[in-house]
Amino acid sequence: MNRLRRTLLGTLAAWLAKPLSVLAAWNESAFGAKTPQDALKGIGAANPAPSKDIVIDAPQIAENGAVVPIEITSNIPGTTSLAVVLEKNPFPLAARFEFKEGSLPHVKLNVKMAETADVRVVAAAGGRHYSATREVKVTIGGCGG
Amino acid sequence: MRATLAGGNTEVRVLMTHPMTTAQSGQPLHFIQNITVKLNGGVVIEAEVSQAVSRNPVFSFRLKGGAKGDKVEVAWLDNKGESNQIETAVA
Repeated sequence: MNRLRRTLLGTLAAWLAKPLSVLAAWNESAFGAKTPQDALKGIGAANPAPSKDIVIDAPQIAENGAVVPIEITSNIPGTTSLAVVLEKNPFPLAARFEFKEGSLPHVKLNVKMAETADVRVVAAAGGRHYSATREVKVTIGGCGG
Repeated sequence: MRATLAGGNTEVRVLMTHPMTTAQSGQPLHFIQNITVKLNGGVVIEAEVSQAVSRNPVFSFRLKGGAKGDKVEVAWLDNKGESNQIETAVA
């Protein structure tokens, strides 16, 4: 009984020691998807409508696939999230950002790209999904990092 | 991390020191999975990321409005349960 109590207390202490500032929800099925289609399904955006109001700023040619700078902005009113899908990576979903009250749907980040591919950005707004793509030519793939 | 006023909004630029190793690298998979951005204690951005984010990640975010001295916090958590938190004041 004492041992059980100690184990339970230990578990509780370990749990309490975890930082509560970051919510540890990570969409395993979407990030584990091996095709862009499955990644989109995983985030509930199977058939996004094409949109010109999503701006993707990325280099036409990336010499180093390990560091490809990508800047994304949604001008669709009411955008609540943006996802980045690197269509020819082994695991295409690279990131998903949720924008709450107090932030604007804009992010700049560096990603690794395995080879020349479309970068797809999916925006959610008003319960619908929209997407745009931009091709980045990769000279040396960067997934070995 | 820097948070600066620009055009009526706050631009946040944050650098995280992290190996971000992939499954293809031959090293143990080790990457940041969750990022939270707070402004004056309230969550404004929540992100989930994969090993496709480059080593020592740099992110720029844009927060609505903001004023000098506002507190910006960024926290991350990786797949091994390691975490870090940084904060700065809007300049």
